[in-house]
Amino acid sequence: MKKLIALLLAALAFTGAARAAEGGVLWDKFPERKLTDLAALQNGARLFVNYCLNCHEAAFMRYNRLQDIGLTEAQIKDNLMFATDKVGETMKVALDPKHAKEWFGGLPPDLTVIARSRSAVGKGSGADYLYTYLRTYYRDDTKATGWNNLAFPNVGMPHVLWELQGQRVARFVDEKDPHDPTKSVHRFAGYEQITPGTLSPAAYDDAVADLVAYLQWMGEPTQNARKRLGVWVLIFLAFFTLIAWRLNAAYWKDIK
Amino acid sequence: MAEFKTVPANAPVADKLLNWVDNRFPASKLYKEHLSEYYAPKNFNFWYFFGSLALLVLVIQIVTGIFLVMNYKPDAAMAFASVEYIMRDVPWGWLVRYMHSTGASAFFVVVYLHMWRGMMYGSYRKPRELVWIFGCAIFLCLMAEAFMGYLLPWGQMSYWGAQVIVNLFAAVPFVGPDLALLIRGDYVVSDATLNRFFSFHVIAVPLVLLGLVVAHIIALHEVGSNNPDGVEIKAKKDPKTGIPLDGIPFHPYYTVHDILGVSVFLMIFTAIIFFAPELGGYFLEYNNFIPADPLKTPAHIAPVWYFTPYYSMLRATTDPMVNVLAGLIAVGALLAVFRGRLGGGAKVAMLVAAVVSIVLLKTFDAKFWGVVVMGGAVVILFFLPWLDYSPVKSIRYRPGWHKWLYGIFVVNFFVLGYLGILPPSDAGTLVSQVGTFYYFGFFLLMPWWTTLGAFKPVPDRVNFAAH
Repeated sequence: MKKLIALLLAALAFTGAARAAEGGVLWDKFPERKLTDLAALQNGARLFVNYCLNCHEAAFMRYNRLQDIGLTEAQIKDNLMFATDKVGETMKVALDPKHAKEWFGGLPPDLTVIARSRSAVGKGSGADYLYTYLRTYYRDDTKATGWNNLAFPNVGMPHVLWELQGQRVARFVDEKDPHDPTKSVHRFAGYEQITPGTLSPAAYDDAVADLVAYLQWMGEPTQNARKRLGVWVLIFLAFFTLIAWRLNAAYWKDIK
Repeated sequence: MAEFKTVPANAPVADKLLNWVDNRFPASKLYKEHLSEYYAPKNFNFWYFFGSLALLVLVIQIVTGIFLVMNYKPDAAMAFASVEYIMRDVPWGWLVRYMHSTGASAFFVVVYLHMWRGMMYGSYRKPRELVWIFGCAIFLCLMAEAFMGYLLPWGQMSYWGAQVIVNLFAAVPFVGPDLALLIRGDYVVSDATLNRFFSFHVIAVPLVLLGLVVAHIIALHEVGSNNPDGVEIKAKKDPKTGIPLDGIPFHPYYTVHDILGVSVFLMIFTAIIFFAPELGGYFLEYNNFIPADPLKTPAHIAPVWYFTPYYSMLRATTDPMVNVLAGLIAVGALLAVFRGRLGGGAKVAMLVAAVVSIVLLKTFDAKFWGVVVMGGAVVILFFLPWLDYSPVKSIRYRPGWHKWLYGIFVVNFFVLGYLGILPPSDAGTLVSQVGTFYYFGFFLLMPWWTTLGAFKPVPDRVNFAAH
């Protein structure tokens, strides 16, 4: 029996180690503390409705759900609703799919659960991806929009937050492939700022973190309540297990 | 018909009521036969929790399923949105949905462990063959249930997973394309498919599943439970009471025992629901948060983890694998003809059968044989009672190297499962081919290897140390 368990553990260890890293840019770690920071979530919501909710929808997200991050209905109505006057409406936009196809090459995806869908096993959470993606834009004149992205090469979306970050170009160097000397690799070697943004680089990262925190929260508005409730459920079950264990022992003491 | 019983006029109302019912319905009789006077061996160990846990998860799935159906829309244009509606706008909808999605994986976890218990202790051996067969049928139903349920959220993985699996049926010779069309109700997975899968998922399969579970338990209670020693407790009864000496009433002893098991299980189950409902993308796949798009095929399509061992076997069945299989059959047939102690007629029949199978193997596409291998990997379980010739039931009294074969079987199953998650690769295919041969070799060669080695003496009574 013990041998079997040891074998199983060995198999699991093997499967873990065998998961090799895939290609592409490594994702930066999204600062998780932002998720429970109401000011950050509110700032993220503000950025979201101002910058994202023009082309992207969040068709499963209701405006009045923003009350969960500490906003009042009046605040939501006055500051965050541009497309509707009903606070119970979902976040829809009036973008013609035909125009979207012309401008971006396709319909911008719905963002309600975007943070959940972009997670990848072995690479990081969807929030990590979005946090990286929104910070790796650079100028690329070969593209129709004039923008390109390291985390999402040849992306159809232009750099919507460019005024905040300013414009950058990416430098690439061609190097010999260490694994195959006949090939060369096109390696990213840093950005060069051309025009400054309205935010400092650190403040820009912070703003993007707020926006991503909002996107992550919007993907599952119950997530913080879920975790809080889970603690109580586990405390109850731990207590119940204790009782079940003693009850079992009380009965089984008769069995010789 | 049983005798009409009476109770004294001054008996408590509860007794009178029970007597009234008992004269019309075998309430007390059922209670005694299945709980208070069902004698189970006293030496059950850890592995015996998973039967009752499977029942618990079944109940969780049915109850949460009822509430999900109240808000879910089986319509290709509305399904994805209705799931998000459940997650956001339905009070406690998120909890019900996570219980159901985690329950699906939990079901397979406990059922796999339950089956493994049966394999270790020979619980499928005479006289429990039907218990095992009903169990295998439950497993098959569960796979159908899970597969069809997975389409319902109408995400990318739902859609393309269903597309891939239904297309497998198209590989069946002659009737394949029509069969696939019949399953889908359309030429691609579409609204029609979603509707029929919904119908099967919420009505047809659960009905069959429940019937099979009842049959499984009735058959078990008819023959009595096996135990980790594989000793028949009914062989040693108390001469006065006729109760097995090593048997104890299921209720209260195993009910309190199972409550403890349930409690520990629920700690793990709820920890996943509340803290990691996606379980790193294995219980809820990330791609499935993208609505189904028939025009955009995901780069990598893999079934949910509980199907991946079988999916690996399907992918392992390539043309070279079919050639190896044909070669093995040829060698086996020649060995039987030249070395086997068989009559002339049997030898000729063997040779003809081998030639026919080799011709068939080479006639039809490897994809079809992949489907046969995948299906066969489940179907072969049904035959386990007639493959195992070991003189003892329990792994405890088998030779040490048998334990190794069982251990490798489990590791192999994990490796196949892991490879099934990954995108196909040359090395992965080779490993899964070896794994597929091990899986089938383990079962098909059982009549031979289970008789070999030095078996330990089986005790008359079960091993039990008081708690």
